[in-house]
Amino acid sequence: MTEQSRVAALSNVSLERRAWNIRRKALLMGEVQGQGYIGQALGIADVLAASYFHALDYRAEDPEWEGRDRYLLSIGHYAIALYAVLMEAGILPEEELETYGMDDSRMPMSGMASYTPGMEITGGSLGQGLGIAVGMALGLKRKRNPAFVYNLMSDGELGEGSTWEAAMSGAHHKLDNLICLVDFNDQQADGKSTEMLCSEPLGDKWAAFGWHVQRVDGNDLAAVVEAFDAARAADHVGPRVIIFDTTMCKGVPFLEAREITHFVRVEADEWSKALAVLDEGKPA
Amino acid sequence: MTMNSLARKHEPRRVIPKEERAATSAMIASLAAEGYDTVSAPFGHALAEAARKDDRIVGLTADLGKYTDLHIFAQAMPERFYQMGMAEQVLVSAAAGMAREGFLPFATTYAVFAARRAYDFIAMAIAEENLPVKIVCALPGLTTGYGPSHQATEDLAIFRGLPNMTIIDPCDACDIAGMVPQLVAHPGPVYSRLLRGKVPSVLTRHKPDYKFQLGKAQLIREGADVLVVSTGFMTMRALDAAVALERDGIGVAVLHCPTIKPLDTATILAEAGKSGRLVVTAENHTKVGGLGEAVAGTLLSNGVTPSFRMIGLPDDFLEAGALPTLHDMYGLSVAKVAEQIRGWL
Repeated sequence: MTEQSRVAALSNVSLERRAWNIRRKALLMGEVQGQGYIGQALGIADVLAASYFHALDYRAEDPEWEGRDRYLLSIGHYAIALYAVLMEAGILPEEELETYGMDDSRMPMSGMASYTPGMEITGGSLGQGLGIAVGMALGLKRKRNPAFVYNLMSDGELGEGSTWEAAMSGAHHKLDNLICLVDFNDQQADGKSTEMLCSEPLGDKWAAFGWHVQRVDGNDLAAVVEAFDAARAADHVGPRVIIFDTTMCKGVPFLEAREITHFVRVEADEWSKALAVLDEGKPA
Repeated sequence: MTMNSLARKHEPRRVIPKEERAATSAMIASLAAEGYDTVSAPFGHALAEAARKDDRIVGLTADLGKYTDLHIFAQAMPERFYQMGMAEQVLVSAAAGMAREGFLPFATTYAVFAARRAYDFIAMAIAEENLPVKIVCALPGLTTGYGPSHQATEDLAIFRGLPNMTIIDPCDACDIAGMVPQLVAHPGPVYSRLLRGKVPSVLTRHKPDYKFQLGKAQLIREGADVLVVSTGFMTMRALDAAVALERDGIGVAVLHCPTIKPLDTATILAEAGKSGRLVVTAENHTKVGGLGEAVAGTLLSNGVTPSFRMIGLPDDFLEAGALPTLHDMYGLSVAKVAEQIRGWL
C-alpha cells in the first residue's frame, strides 16, 4: 500500500468524486481561456484520479521528495488535466485556477517542468516522454530507490519511432520500475489515430517488445484501479504498460456526441452548460 | 548530392597502381598529424579518471563505444556504462532522464547522428531543461572519407542556434584531456566534438604552458601580419601553416578558440583590434553558421573591421575518398591553408 493510498483509504472522498472534481476543474480552466484540450482532460480524468488517489506515492507539500513516484506527462497538451489533478491533490493551489494559460501563470497551455510544481518533464514534442522515463528508471535503479516511473502518453505518440526505441530499451534494461500509461482515445490532430497510422494490434506489439501488458476501459474506475495494482505487483522481469481505452469528453454527453477531434470546439455559452450537465452527475 | 561525383557517375575509373597509391584511405579514422606525438584515446582515459573522483558520472553510447573511445571508460567501470544500442533518440532522452535523477551523463555517438537524428530530443529534453548532459561526438566535420552520411559538416551551426548549449571543438589530446574535468564542473549541457583513436599532441608543442580553459580563446603564437582565429584541428593546420609562412617572412599569429559558444568575444576583439593584421578564421565546418560567421558578427557588432577572410568547408555535400586528398581538395590541409593566406596578402 502506498503512502497516498493509505491517506486515500482514510479519506471520505471517493475516487469517483475525485474524478468528477478533476473534470470540473478542467472545465473551469477551459472556460477561462474559452478553449483548451478539454476532450482529453475529460477522457483521462478517471486515470488521473486513480493515479493520484490510489497508485502514486508523493508528498503534496514536497513535490520533489526523493521517494516520490515520478509521473511524466509526455503529452504536454494534457497539461490542463494534470493541473486539475495537481490542484485536487494539493500540489498546486486552487486559487491559481483562473491563471491557466495567462501571462505569468504557473500553468501554461503546454506542460513544462520549469513552470509548474509537480510537472516532472517538459512534454509536448511528442514521443519524448518514454525515453526520458527509461533514463529516470535506470537512474532510480542506480540509486536503489524503489520508486516507480510512470509515463503518461497518448495513442498518437505511438506513431513516433522514438517511442519504440524507448520500449525496446526499457525491456532490454529490465526496467520493472517503469509503467507506461497509454491513453487510447483514437483521436489525433487530423482524425482517428487508427486511420492515421494504425498501431493495432497494440497489446501484441508491447508484448512482443517484452512488456507486461494490460488493456482496460479507462473510464471504468474499478478496472483502472485494478490495472494499476496489477501493473505494480506483476511478476514480470521488465516494464509494464496499461493501455486505457477512453472516451473523449467523458462525463459531458453533449460533447461526447459531437463529432470529436483532437481539439474540441466549445462555444462561449457551452462552458456553463457543460458544467451544469456535469453537476447533474455529481457523485457522493 | 555531391555534384562532381554525380556528373562523373557513369565514367569508368582506372585502378591506381599499387606503388602510386596514397598511404591512407577512407577507412583510416585517426587524424594524420605529421611530426606530432600521439596519445591513445585521451577522452576515454580522462573520463575514467574523472569518474573515479565523481560518483555521478555515467557513460552512455549508441553502439559506438569503441569508436568514441568510451570503451576505455566502460572497461574501467562497467557498472556505470550503459550500452543503449543503435538508438540515438533514446540515447539522449535516457541521458536526460538520468540527469534528472542527479547523474552526470556523458553520451557519445557520431556528430552526424547527434546533430541530425537526435536534435529535437537534445533541444527539448536536455537544452530547454538546462540539464548537465555532455554529448561528445566523434567524426566532426571532415574527419572521415565516408561521404555525407558520416561527415558532420554543419553540426556547429545546428547547435549554435540552441540556447543553453556550450559548444566545444577541441584541437588535440591536450584539449580533450583538459576539457573533461571542466565539462564535469560546468553545470549545463555541452556538445563537444571529439577526436578519437591516436590523437596528436599539438598545442603544448607550440605553447608549453597551454591548458584548456572552458570559454577561453588563447593565443598560441604571435605574428605581425596575420591573425588566424581557429578551432578544432584547424588550429593544428594553422600552426603548421604559420611555421611554413614564417620561412617566407610572413608573421602569422594563431588564436585558438576551442569554445565556440559562448564565444570569447573579449579576447577575439582585443586581438582582432590590433591594427594592420589580416584576420582569417579557420574551421573544420561549413562556412555557413560556424566559427567564421560568429567571429564576423562579433567584429562588426563591435565596430572592429579588419580585412577578413574565412577558411572552412564549402556549402556542399562533400566527396568520399581518402582524408588527406579531401583536406587538400577543400582547403583544410597545411599547404592549402598557407596558400590561401598567401593569396590574401
